[in-house]
Amino acid sequence: MAENVKPRVRVPGNATAGEEITIKTLISHTMESGQRKDGDGNAIPRSIINRFTCAFNGEIVIDVTLEPAISTNPYFEFQAIVPETGTFEFTWYDDDGDVYTDSKDITVG
Amino acid sequence: MKLTRRHTLMVAFGSVVAAMLPVRAFAALEDDIAAFTGGADVGSEGITLIAPEIAENGNTVPIEVNAPGAEAIIVFAAGNPTPAVATFNFGPLAAAQSAATRIRLAGTQDVIAIARMPDGTFVQASQEVKVTIGGCGG
Repeated sequence: MAENVKPRVRVPGNATAGEEITIKTLISHTMESGQRKDGDGNAIPRSIINRFTCAFNGEIVIDVTLEPAISTNPYFEFQAIVPETGTFEFTWYDDDGDVYTDSKDITVG
Repeated sequence: MKLTRRHTLMVAFGSVVAAMLPVRAFAALEDDIAAFTGGADVGSEGITLIAPEIAENGNTVPIEVNAPGAEAIIVFAAGNPTPAVATFNFGPLAAAQSAATRIRLAGTQDVIAIARMPDGTFVQASQEVKVTIGGCGG
């Protein structure tokens, strides 16, 4: 399931140094659990995003291991500290080896 | 209906199988918890799990976990075919050891969150979620 995968991330554009901000992420993905069966009774193979990470200037904010029990279009909301101007990098790892990335710049004023 | 010996055996066998199924699912959960905690004692202070009491659609149940100071939080759905749901590992830039996501629940069951603290102790919170429509297909 490598087509139509679109990451969406919401990060404030600027912050004060050391401020705690809330980050929301969503990625469109079917997250096929491997439990479902098709019309002929054959199991549909598992195909999920199995890991999500968020880092700021290379330092990890959160690293999530996903199991099939995560809903379609995995959504995460979490808090991060912004020590300086920089870039949040978001990475999703697919079962099929694909890696999806997104990044957001934030300015400390 | 006459109760023959064959019928009696079939009924007895059926009830044994039915009794074994939940036990097996429960054992998988215990194994998963032990793999995370290493068999250590699990406390109950210092972790919050926010989940709805009633979820109309088990395909997408919003949950939130919060354990101040935790290194990692693992979430289980006790009644799912595979109990593990997600593991959150918090890095140095996490402002709060909390996260929110949406999960699938196969039916009414307990959702369990266990946090690992930096000193090696574990704390646990759980909540029952009533599910009207299950979320695992089938």
